[in-house]
Amino acid sequence: MQKNIAGTEVEVDAEGYLTDMNQWSGDIANAIAEELHISPLSEKHWAVINWLREQTANGVELNIRKVGASGVVDIKEFYQLFPGGPLKNASKIAGLHKPTSCL
Amino acid sequence: MSESHKKEHQDHNRCHTCGQCKDCAACRCEPANGPALKKMMIIVSKASIDGIYAGLILANGARSEGIECDMFFTFFGLDAITKKRMEHLKVGLGGNPGMHMPEVIGVFPGMESVATHMMMKRMSELDIPPVPEFLDIIKAAGGRIFACKLAMEMFNLKREDMWDGVDEVLTVGQFYECYTPGSQIIFI
Repeated sequence: MQKNIAGTEVEVDAEGYLTDMNQWSGDIANAIAEELHISPLSEKHWAVINWLREQTANGVELNIRKVGASGVVDIKEFYQLFPGGPLKNASKIAGLHKPTSCL
Repeated sequence: MSESHKKEHQDHNRCHTCGQCKDCAACRCEPANGPALKKMMIIVSKASIDGIYAGLILANGARSEGIECDMFFTFFGLDAITKKRMEHLKVGLGGNPGMHMPEVIGVFPGMESVATHMMMKRMSELDIPPVPEFLDIIKAAGGRIFACKLAMEMFNLKREDMWDGVDEVLTVGQFYECYTPGSQIIFI
């Protein structure tokens, strides 16, 4: 379905995750983060978001352990940066699909 | 809930089953109808890899969904948080039809180690961490790890025998005191 986020029409799934990561922009990330009450986004947030996008573009299936081993952020900080389900919320802000891993 | 958030909340997308808002993390705390799952209290009583990993995966999965989690290790489950045992857990073959092999094969020496090795290899391919690392991940995620006082006494275990990350040694009653509305208690 279509949703207007930060003035742009984008394609999202029923839970509001972008279905095409190429439709994403920094403004969209800020708008989703605000909806999730995770704003303003800090430099550290952006570092995580960029890393998640990079990995997804390379076809990696993300999980929390991989984020912890990324060198960008440790697991404790990841939970603090994106409270209430870090990988889900970070993926949503990063314009990625909902994570599918059980780990 | 703030006034501005309440207003936004009305336009949000809701789950048909529980009525919970699906658009924002903050709404999780105040679902429209019925209680949301807020906390998992997982009791692990088995020393086999299947029993322990089931608990660890449920615990880690809860935290990654924003659900709180407390783990209580009791009886043989204590092996998972006992320093000298936690890295040497085995698959249980006896009475385990899930292994798909005749029961008698399980009594041959070494069979358990072979089966364990095969399973650990497959789990590592799937990015499932070893027990100590898995416990570290759950702790870093804000989960709590408790050891059962009575079971420790039964097995003559002291605090220093236990993994350093254990938050506390508790009685059953103290573990139940960790219950908060919206908790689920699971026994493995």
